[in-house]
Parts: sequence; C-alpha cells; structure tokens
Amino acid sequence: MDELVVGGRKIGSRLITGTGGAANLEILERALVASGTTLTTVAMRRIDAATGTGVLDLLRRLGIEVLPNTAGCRTAAEAVLTAELAREALETDLLKLEVVADERTLLPDPIELLDAAEQLVDAGFTVLPYTNDDPVLARRLEAVGCAAVMPLGSPIGTGLGIRNPHNIEMIVAEAGVPVVLDAGIGTASEAAQAMELGCDAVLLATAVTRAADPERMAHAMRLAVEAGYAARHAGRIPKRFWAQASSPTAD
Amino acid sequence: MRIEINGTAHDLPEPATVADALAAIDAPERGVAAAVDGTVVRRADWSRRTLSEGAVVEVLTAVQGG
Repeated sequence: MDELVVGGRKIGSRLITGTGGAANLEILERALVASGTTLTTVAMRRIDAATGTGVLDLLRRLGIEVLPNTAGCRTAAEAVLTAELAREALETDLLKLEVVADERTLLPDPIELLDAAEQLVDAGFTVLPYTNDDPVLARRLEAVGCAAVMPLGSPIGTGLGIRNPHNIEMIVAEAGVPVVLDAGIGTASEAAQAMELGCDAVLLATAVTRAADPERMAHAMRLAVEAGYAARHAGRIPKRFWAQASSPTAD
Repeated sequence: MRIEINGTAHDLPEPATVADALAAIDAPERGVAAAVDGTVVRRADWSRRTLSEGAVVEVLTAVQGG
C-alpha cells in the first residue's frame, strides 16, 4: 500500500483507531495490536489519581502516535482551549477537531467547527476536523488549511454505516487533502466500503471497543481497510444490467 | 491560601506556583497540561507563575475517548 501522508506526516496504517468504550486497558491493548494502527485518538479530561496517564503510557509502550481530540466541546472557544492543553500535555500539534452541537445527535456544529478550524490552523496545529458528510463544508475546511477532512458515515456510536455514500464520493472527488471516514462504522463491510468509495483512511472506535470480541473485530477492520483500499485501486469492473458469460461459448 | 484544583478546594502555603498546585495533587511530570483561570500555562512557566487567592487551576491529561 502507498503510504498515507497527513500534514507532511507519514501514517503507517490506514486504520486510525479510537480508545473510547473499551472496558479496560488490557482489552484496549489487545485490540490496538490486532488493528495494526499507528495513530490513535484520545480525549482530554481532568486528571484522576486512579487512572493517571494510563492510556498515554500504553500508547507510548506500543509505539502508537497520539491524536488528541476535542471531544465534549460545544463551542469554538472550548475547542481552542482544549486543543492548546492537548498540545502542551502531549507535545504534538496533531489534532482531531470535534465540535458537536448536542448530545442527542453528536453531529458537528458546522459554524463553530469552521471557526475553530481557522483559529487552530493559524495557531500552528495540524487540524483533522470531524465533519458532516457535506461536500461544501469539507471544501470550506480544506480552504482554511485543514490537513485532512473527516466526514461521518452516520452519527457517532450508531454503527449505522455510511448513510450517504454519494456525499462521501463527492467529498473524495473534490478533496485535495486526505479524506478519513470518521464515525458510524459498525462492521467490516462498512470499513471496506469507505475505502472503496475512495477514502484514504477510516477512523473508528465503538465498532471495535464495544464488539463482543474487540480483538477479533479489530483484526477484521484491519483486513477490511486493506481489502477496500486494494479494491479501489484495482479498478473494479463496470456494472452491467444483463449477465455476461465468463466461460467460452459451448461447442 | 485557598485555590481550586480540578473542582476541589486546596490550601497551599503562600506564595504558591502552578508547580506547587500540580504537586498538591501528585500530578505526573509528563502527559499533563495546566490552565489557570481559563488560560494555558506553559510547562516552562510552571515554577515561575504564582497563583492568586481563589485561582481556578485545571489539570488535564489524555483519557480513553473519541
């Protein structure tokens, strides 16, 4: 596979993982290893004496690069402060920018998202925004300098897959930066579909961490992303209405 | 002097710095960031930046999520 490059950084695996939802760090570790991921997202919260910096220590030990996110932020101002804290704590300028509108849908708030993206690009961050499956918003995010765009397949944690594949294809067709399908993936076929639609990578968490067997599902997702990427670049056959025999005509 | 760290009141001897606030909650050296009254204080300034009475200190780290 050709290497994925985001903001001048080589990303070794096209499967980017999240950490939310895993029952404990031991299960998370097994899932991360099985996924083959090289980049994993983490949230920023008040430090707790019991857990300390456990998830960071785990990622460092596994040699996985950290992608801090702004999960939980509702406004551009909150997201910018969280991003600055993340850069200070984790010593990286990579950022998954997430500014959601409400708890019920967890859909991105496009106005706040674009405002935050612009401020953070100006402040020197490599911004990867979690966005709606809206080609116009994706174009605007790229125009303010985002290093990638990360449209949702369906709302966070729903496992409803890619509800508007045509929008994802339009985003891919127009984007000059990598497109990462972020949110909504429930099972392996949907991760493969994202890659077949032309996405450069898939970001998922819940589909693995809340699966009955997270390690096995992580492995499935790894295979799916590789298969979908290979199929996309292998040049699929055109669809036909009528059958076309693949054997020679009978004598 | 009384300050607030992550939502809990703490009494620290004066003059207290951001570094003293971090020590008061046994925060590790790496992997954390601090904000005082809503503004990030860079690591290099932790031992220089003094806190005023009633300062609100937030100490964050990475957790599972997202």
